[in-house]
Amino acid sequence: MLFSEATPSGFFFLAPWLVFAPVIGLLINIIFGGRFSEKVIGTVASLASGASFIVSVLLAWSLAAGGGHAVSVPFAEWMHIGSLELDWTFRVDSLSTTMMLVVSGVGTLIHIYAIGYMHEDVRFKNDLGRFRRFFVFLNLFIAAMMILVSGDSYLMLFVGWEGVGLCSFLLIGFWYEMDTLGRPSWANSNAGNKAFITNRVGDFGFLIAGFIMFWAFGSFQFDEVFEAARTVAPGIIVAITLFMLIGVAGKSAQIPLYVWLPDAMAGPTPVSALIHAATMVTAGVYLVTRSAELYMLVPQAQYIVAMTGAVTALFAATIAVGQYDIKKVLAYSTISQLGFMVAAVGMGAFVAGMFHLVTHAFFKALLFLSAGSVILGLERGHHHLAHAQHDDHGKGRKGKKDSHHEDEVFDPGDMRNMGGLRKTMPVTFWLYMIGTLALAGIFPFAGFWSKDEILADALKEGFTGVYWLLSIAAFFTAFYMGRQIWMVFFGEARHEAAAHAEESPRVMTVPLMVLAFLSVVGGALNLPGMHTLTLWLEHTIEVHAGEFVMSVAVISTLLALAAILLSWFIYGRDPLKAGQPDPLKKPLGFLFTGMENKWFVDEGYFAIVIGPFKRISQFLADVIDWRFWHDFVHDTVIAGAYNWFSNIALNRYADQQGIDAFANWLGSATKSLSATMRRVQNGFVRSYALSVLLGVVLIVGYLILK
Amino acid sequence: MEFLLQPLTLLTFFPLVGVLVLLFIPSDNKNALRWTALGASLVTFGISLWVLAQFNASNVDLQLVARYDWITVAGWNIQYFLGLDGLSILLVLLTAFLAPISILSTWTAVEERVKDFMLFFLLLEVGMMGVFLAQDLFLFYIFWEFTLVPMYFLIGIWGGPRRIYAAVKFFLYTMAGSILMLLAILWLGIYGQTFSVPDLIAQANVPANIQWWLFLAFAAAFAIKVPMWPLHSWLPDAHVEAPTAGSVILAGVLLKMGTYGFVRFNLPLFPEASVRAAPWIALLATIGILYGAMVSYAQKDVKKLVAYSSVSHLGFVMLGLFAMNEQGVAGAILQMINHGLSTGALFLLVGMIYEQTHTREMKVYGGLWKITPVFGSIMLIVSLSSMGLPGLNGFVGEFTILLGAFGSKSIGTNVYAILSALGVIMAAVYILYMFQKMFLGPQGEIVDEVKKHGHGIRDLNLRELVTIVPILIFIFWIGLYPKPFFDLMAPAVAHLVGMLPIP
Amino acid sequence: MIPINYYIILSAVLFTIGTLGVLTRRNALIIFMSVELMLNAANLAFVAFARAREIATGQPLFDGQIFVFFVIAVAAAEVAVGLALIVEIFKSKRSIDVDQMSSMKG
Repeated sequence: MLFSEATPSGFFFLAPWLVFAPVIGLLINIIFGGRFSEKVIGTVASLASGASFIVSVLLAWSLAAGGGHAVSVPFAEWMHIGSLELDWTFRVDSLSTTMMLVVSGVGTLIHIYAIGYMHEDVRFKNDLGRFRRFFVFLNLFIAAMMILVSGDSYLMLFVGWEGVGLCSFLLIGFWYEMDTLGRPSWANSNAGNKAFITNRVGDFGFLIAGFIMFWAFGSFQFDEVFEAARTVAPGIIVAITLFMLIGVAGKSAQIPLYVWLPDAMAGPTPVSALIHAATMVTAGVYLVTRSAELYMLVPQAQYIVAMTGAVTALFAATIAVGQYDIKKVLAYSTISQLGFMVAAVGMGAFVAGMFHLVTHAFFKALLFLSAGSVILGLERGHHHLAHAQHDDHGKGRKGKKDSHHEDEVFDPGDMRNMGGLRKTMPVTFWLYMIGTLALAGIFPFAGFWSKDEILADALKEGFTGVYWLLSIAAFFTAFYMGRQIWMVFFGEARHEAAAHAEESPRVMTVPLMVLAFLSVVGGALNLPGMHTLTLWLEHTIEVHAGEFVMSVAVISTLLALAAILLSWFIYGRDPLKAGQPDPLKKPLGFLFTGMENKWFVDEGYFAIVIGPFKRISQFLADVIDWRFWHDFVHDTVIAGAYNWFSNIALNRYADQQGIDAFANWLGSATKSLSATMRRVQNGFVRSYALSVLLGVVLIVGYLILK
Repeated sequence: MEFLLQPLTLLTFFPLVGVLVLLFIPSDNKNALRWTALGASLVTFGISLWVLAQFNASNVDLQLVARYDWITVAGWNIQYFLGLDGLSILLVLLTAFLAPISILSTWTAVEERVKDFMLFFLLLEVGMMGVFLAQDLFLFYIFWEFTLVPMYFLIGIWGGPRRIYAAVKFFLYTMAGSILMLLAILWLGIYGQTFSVPDLIAQANVPANIQWWLFLAFAAAFAIKVPMWPLHSWLPDAHVEAPTAGSVILAGVLLKMGTYGFVRFNLPLFPEASVRAAPWIALLATIGILYGAMVSYAQKDVKKLVAYSSVSHLGFVMLGLFAMNEQGVAGAILQMINHGLSTGALFLLVGMIYEQTHTREMKVYGGLWKITPVFGSIMLIVSLSSMGLPGLNGFVGEFTILLGAFGSKSIGTNVYAILSALGVIMAAVYILYMFQKMFLGPQGEIVDEVKKHGHGIRDLNLRELVTIVPILIFIFWIGLYPKPFFDLMAPAVAHLVGMLPIP
Repeated sequence: MIPINYYIILSAVLFTIGTLGVLTRRNALIIFMSVELMLNAANLAFVAFARAREIATGQPLFDGQIFVFFVIAVAAAEVAVGLALIVEIFKSKRSIDVDQMSSMKG
């Protein structure tokens, strides 16, 4: 152990409750939830998550009081075989507590929001029983995420890593029997599978990195690994870090494994906010930051990580421009922002990366939840409308979802159905505006400070290419967010549902206000000159304070403002009319087609990976394994040859003409012999007895006379 | 009496008491037959726990030995020799554990010739116990072959439409390998003047070139049983045609007899040959892992999918065994247990739904989770365990195996471990595919089809829960706290690994 | 003390009577009794020789007597089986004349 062995004072002994509080919450809901009302279920789950947050706060406080030295809290032995010694130990240091606070803090807010959201969602989708299931999964997610961030070894991190993947799968496919529009379909469950399997590809990389690590360093424990890493050949570290990058790409949705994240929007909106924006997807960033000591040893790997992040940031941002679904835009925006973070930690700007991670968690959760509010608002409007229509016609049909519009499927997430929501949903509008400004990086919102630090660090560390890529990505970010604001909240309603949209209840908007507040002031975490976060993280990783570069800040702000202006020029000045194609479609031509269709990456994957895999599997199963190996080799060749051999060769030739012929001769010979001998068998007992006597006499006579 | 009260003798032959009682129960009193068989297997399980209580894991020698001269004629020295050590204790417990569960699963599934079924089943349990406990090669061979007979009838009488074909194929395939093993056993017995395994290991005087042939002869029998690619062709037939309880025991225990044979006989008896064979076995195991996973994915019949997944999973076990380090071997032994639990549970669950729907075609299913929430959740847990999710048992085994294989000196390259790790991805592909096709998505046509004939698909009843929940407990226990299980075998594994002449 | 020769002669006479009975009589029961006579002749010889040997060696030896017990036991079993057979034969043929039982004639 490298850190202090002395029993630390404070609340460190509470660390296991980070995980067990949500586990207890979910167990209560599993066992007793059937008898609880929705309010109780939601409260239990939120309290469980809140308990986790309180523990995080206490841990952070204890840590700060103790001078920030990392503390490990042993909990249980897990696997001990030979030289492999794996324990479940909680690690409390400034990096892990930062993550804990974000996860449980944002998590709790989203739990509360979800009480309101799911209340309506299960009613629109007509399955009330699933309310409880949702909160069980959500608590499970918090538990898994806590294992991830609090683990003291790469393996415990991996356990949480897979655990959150599972929760992601369960929650993406939450409405597994339908698509996002509520029609019976395989779409949502396909999205869940896609997320799980893509993540598994990443996990494969993580796993291999772990294996190399174990055989090179003999341990998975962070401090032991970092200690040993200084003495081994850099080639091994490069291999470890690059395999780890595969894992990062999977979990944090980077090129080439980002494809699952947009589909993951099939999950309910609180899930998109919590898992697929604020917390789980940042696990990759956390992993790289955690492994800072490894990455710092190999600049070539750092460069690859930084470029991966930067290219992803720009690539995803371009796609976001061409999307119509309000959540899809945010999904690509998330990929893009994750690219910013990965690029930052790749460059060695770990504080900037973590800073952006935290602020992004605030404003992206805010955006997603507001988007959810918008979607529900439209659903309400649509519902209201449907009822009104039915009442007009006097049919009085039951308000079942699928009986509303038989001919038209209404998509409440499609921005082309929105417009003018500023008037009908004013609270949501203002919250959304704050989120947008934070994301676009406008002074003084949180996003401004964190993004600026990344850009400044890029220049300082000499990653000029990364700087330019990220700057262009930032321009696109401001543009697509501007486009979204104009399309959703301004202009005239393009669908009657939007015209009748209703504001969301307090249980949903209050958590949003908290998040909005954090999005405004979140930059204070690491203001230039104060460096609170830098000083905090310094206890754990080797960092240096980022400098505030005025020119960078000015350029990026000007770029963002220009982008918003441009978006007003295109979308705001002359609002979209119902049925009108996107105004960018004409001037950009095939470029826009590419953006709209996500540059055909999914189709490419299908052609290169999934299709061939399916075909090869089918070929192996049907042709090789069954028809060739099972039917031909076994049944035809082996069994057939045996049959031929026994029937034809042995039976007909050898047996009937060889052995049988001999046996027949033997039989007839015996028969003729017995014909003469049979006379002895006259059937009278006494004659047999007499012959026995004669025999005895003969033998005895022989013995006597011998 | 002393002979009969030996713990291991009692453990092996107690099911025969059940057989005896069954003989006196009229065939039409089905429930009495079922309860008797269940009682006998439960008592056997109790005896296995009693044996566990007497077992001392830190001792690497055979324990609770029952050893008597049996056939000593013309210089042959065949003994009745039962013993237990860290390599076999878990498998013995698994066998005793799965037997009552399998019997419970037949409660309503087997309605015809219940008496015969239970008789054969208890006889099968005797054979399996004997295989894991016998320490005399000759005795082992007798038990080994003996298991074939009841299984043959279980498949051949209570199986599906192609049951005769499957039963005969199973029998002949296994016999073919066993014959080679018999020759090798006879050679060893005559050469070493004893059939006792520990004595033969202690002598360790088989010349290297002969070791190689003996290794191959033993490997032939065991590889077919495992089954290793490409000798797996009997498995899908046997699994698809076997009744549920037969599939559970087949996957849960009988396949383990093959891998157990490798670890009990091949590795310690022929150490040089084993080290020499390790890269080749690892190659076959890796092919098996990937091939099994891909072929699984392309199946339309859910039982066949699970059957092929066994080929993949047991590839992991073989890879771990021939990694020949503590992580690999311990992981492999644990994975034998894990596979028995998870795949056993999968077959049980598939059997439970099959009882209601009478079809195994995945395409007619869909959306079952909505109708049967408990069943769906349990299926999900078992599926996740089968694909190696951390926190559940499969991960502990697969992880340690891959870790061992990655750093294995006997395999010599980590390419196999990396390729096998790809198998972990593919496991997710086929398991999720199965789960999705049956439990997610829109409601399948089978739901209305079943409704037409009666009540519609119901969730698990109490008996089915009692059948499956014990397995779930172990799935979580091994996943969350595998220490007790590793502790049982760790000294024995370390001892075994220490014996191997790894370069 | 009766000399051993007497026993042997008695045994031989009994055996001969038994043999003649088996060969000449047609009634199965009588044949059966004759067989018993032969067996007991042998028993007598066993006991006699055993006693003689015991006297000659001066040691208690019971081999002959043990043999006799075996013979008696086997004879009893034989009677049981034989009588059962005869009863069955009588049931089907209404006769126990052995000359009528010639279905094994070749």
